[in-house]
Amino acid sequence: MYVSADLLVNALIAGLLLGGFYAAVTVGISVSFGILDIVNIAHPGFIILGSYIAYIVNAQFGLDPIVIGIIALPAFYALGAVTYQVYYVSFEKRGQEALRGLAFFFGLLFITEVMLILVFGVDYRYVNAAYVDTSYSLGLIHLPMRMVVPCLMSLLMLALLQLFLTRTFYGRAIMAVSQDQLALQLMAADPIKIKRMAFAISIATCSMAGAFLIVIQPIEPSIGREYIGRVFAICVLGGLGSIPGTLIAAMLLGIVESFTATFYGPSWGPAVSFGLLLLTLAVRPAGLLGR
Amino acid sequence: MLANETGAVSFEGRDLSGIPAHQRTRLGMARSFQLPRPFVSMTVADNLKVPLLYAVDARKRHHHASSAIDERCTELLSLVGLADRAQKFPRDLTQVEMRKLELARAMAAEPKLLIADEAMAGLSHSEIVDIVALLIRLNERGVTVILIEHIMSAVMSFSQRLVVLVSGRKIADGRPEAVIRDPEVERAYIGQ
Amino acid sequence: MRSWTFCLISVAVAAIVFVLARLLDNDYVFFAGYTVLQFVVLSTAWNILGGYCGYVNFGTAAFFALGAYSTVFFHKTYPLPIPVLLIIAAVVSGLVGLGTGYLTLRLRGAFFAIATLALAVVLQTLVVNWNYVGGSRGAYVIRPAEVDLLILKLSYIQYLFAIMILLAVAALVIARTIERSKLGYGFATIRDDELAAEASGVPTLKLKLIATTLSGALMGMAGAPFPYYIGYLEPASAFGLPYAVNSIAMPMIGGTTTWVGPLIGTLLLGTLQQIATVTISSAVNLLLVGILLVAFVIIAPNGIVGLVQPHLRNMGWSWPRSSKLKASESASAASSRSTRST
Repeated sequence: MYVSADLLVNALIAGLLLGGFYAAVTVGISVSFGILDIVNIAHPGFIILGSYIAYIVNAQFGLDPIVIGIIALPAFYALGAVTYQVYYVSFEKRGQEALRGLAFFFGLLFITEVMLILVFGVDYRYVNAAYVDTSYSLGLIHLPMRMVVPCLMSLLMLALLQLFLTRTFYGRAIMAVSQDQLALQLMAADPIKIKRMAFAISIATCSMAGAFLIVIQPIEPSIGREYIGRVFAICVLGGLGSIPGTLIAAMLLGIVESFTATFYGPSWGPAVSFGLLLLTLAVRPAGLLGR
Repeated sequence: MLANETGAVSFEGRDLSGIPAHQRTRLGMARSFQLPRPFVSMTVADNLKVPLLYAVDARKRHHHASSAIDERCTELLSLVGLADRAQKFPRDLTQVEMRKLELARAMAAEPKLLIADEAMAGLSHSEIVDIVALLIRLNERGVTVILIEHIMSAVMSFSQRLVVLVSGRKIADGRPEAVIRDPEVERAYIGQ
Repeated sequence: MRSWTFCLISVAVAAIVFVLARLLDNDYVFFAGYTVLQFVVLSTAWNILGGYCGYVNFGTAAFFALGAYSTVFFHKTYPLPIPVLLIIAAVVSGLVGLGTGYLTLRLRGAFFAIATLALAVVLQTLVVNWNYVGGSRGAYVIRPAEVDLLILKLSYIQYLFAIMILLAVAALVIARTIERSKLGYGFATIRDDELAAEASGVPTLKLKLIATTLSGALMGMAGAPFPYYIGYLEPASAFGLPYAVNSIAMPMIGGTTTWVGPLIGTLLLGTLQQIATVTISSAVNLLLVGILLVAFVIIAPNGIVGLVQPHLRNMGWSWPRSSKLKASESASAASSRSTRST
């Protein structure tokens, strides 16, 4: 098979751009699973919800989807806070999060998907925005704006989050709550409130990630499930709770997927991330940059 | 078990590195947990049946009849003073009763060595006396007991040999009366 | 009640159900009944690993589809009678269960759960790309019109129903026997506190592998007759989400600590779904399952069995038993209520 430089470079660029987007999708889980130890497999469901909200507002009012994502942030934050509260009262307090917590989130994922099917049907939906169909060329390199814009916004979001976690009081409290709850209490911070804040933030990222998703590709309700494997693969690969690690792992996965799709065909796509996940779990569960 | 950085840990001449926990128990080394970890969905009596079924039977390579197991359970419960709580669940027990259950469960594995990890933390004076008496009873049955403890009254009333570790370093090892008079031990406990 | 007695009674009940169904002379009963029975097997199988050991498997569909696709494979190569296909499916799915377990059970339960999700997607992708069994286009499996069993002739759907009811009986007997055995004790300790279990001499990895293999094998067996039942098998339906959700929802709603829970959950939820599908729509019926699952998990974590059990205790019954091994009279210490096995 003749591999042209053109094909190779573009597969690489596409992979990096895709990786940037994947990082946005995953960073919420880095917080909820990596820091809070909550296995929120409903995370992709929240993302798809974000996508559909972006779709419907865009269809009705013509607003840019990413702007919609930003506007919807407080709503998603509140949703995350409520979800955590239910989770905490029902499971964490009783120490039953292993079995029942998982079933709870699985149920939420399922309910979200089915409700979306009932409301929107299974047809693909897409948004209309200025940059969705434009692309630029830099010599060999082909830059579709629908990938570039989400990728850049995603990097911005990650940077902001990293700053928050490392430079602000509440951010550091969130990092601390995973390490030593008692010490945190002694410092006059309520661990439950901190954890709720962290989880709410993780769901808030879904608002943005959902907007990015619908810019990149048309959506339908069951797409969320494809992302479960990708998200956890990146998380495990990148070391739980590390945002830089998440970014690197996301880019790696993006590149691998891009190459697979270019040279072997897109129908092998889902298997790549899930296969990588299984491999990582079997061989090195702490990830590349793990704790 | 943490991996050794240097040296080796052996039991009865057998190197313990890399051996899974359940194997160690079958070899005759039992431990009780500092914070009791009972099996919450089972009665007190059933909690004891687990090591009897899994540790003892495996070692002896034959199955006890269920009546023999039940007898052994009753015996162990009487030994620790929980005979009347046999059909209760762990959530119905008091703190000290749970500690006794921990010890009873460790004993049910018929160990040659029992490691009691801070079994007395948070107990009142009379409860401590109770547990020490229990450990001495166990020792009289031929079980070597390693007590990991900070509470001096328990340590002194129980030990035949006392080892003191500070920050991972052994600073004393000998008869209790001699060890507590060791200046380095005094310094570690009371400060300079 | 001794295991053999239970076994005989179950087979007798199954035979009665079968005869009654034949008397109704309506094929729909057999079609609907097959689905419910299939879920009895799936939820019981799920519960062995999920309820008894506490390890959640999201990939029920993977094991089920493995069984179904083994059948398709042999149907295209060399058609075999269903009982043989059952055994093949058990071996294939059991081995995959063992393999998955071996790779991931040393890690925490959460990682195992995610790995099972991953497994389902990987297998689905493999099947979609495997044209011999139809790939994404699917495979048609023509079922024979009837089966001659020497003593009676059955229409094919009745034959499938009979097989499934026997499989359901087998699954329930296995679950019940495990629950009351030394193995059941071991499983319960893994669920309660794995660290303490190891310290008590329980070989947790070995037991978890047994549970995964057994669970996977049963799920595969449930899938083996499916292509003949449905006539046309395609990956989207074989690996469909309803299998994962139902096999979790049914035990969790019924109650996860005993063999009765999955049975109750399946009968209730299965019937509810059949009614909802026919009267409203199939999407709404799935929504119902999801909502019930979340509701029960929050409000009644021990399921219906958990809700009913305290009342039974107050009435003097001690079933489902709180003590597991056969307790001889002399050993039940100073307790007012004996815990004899029923």
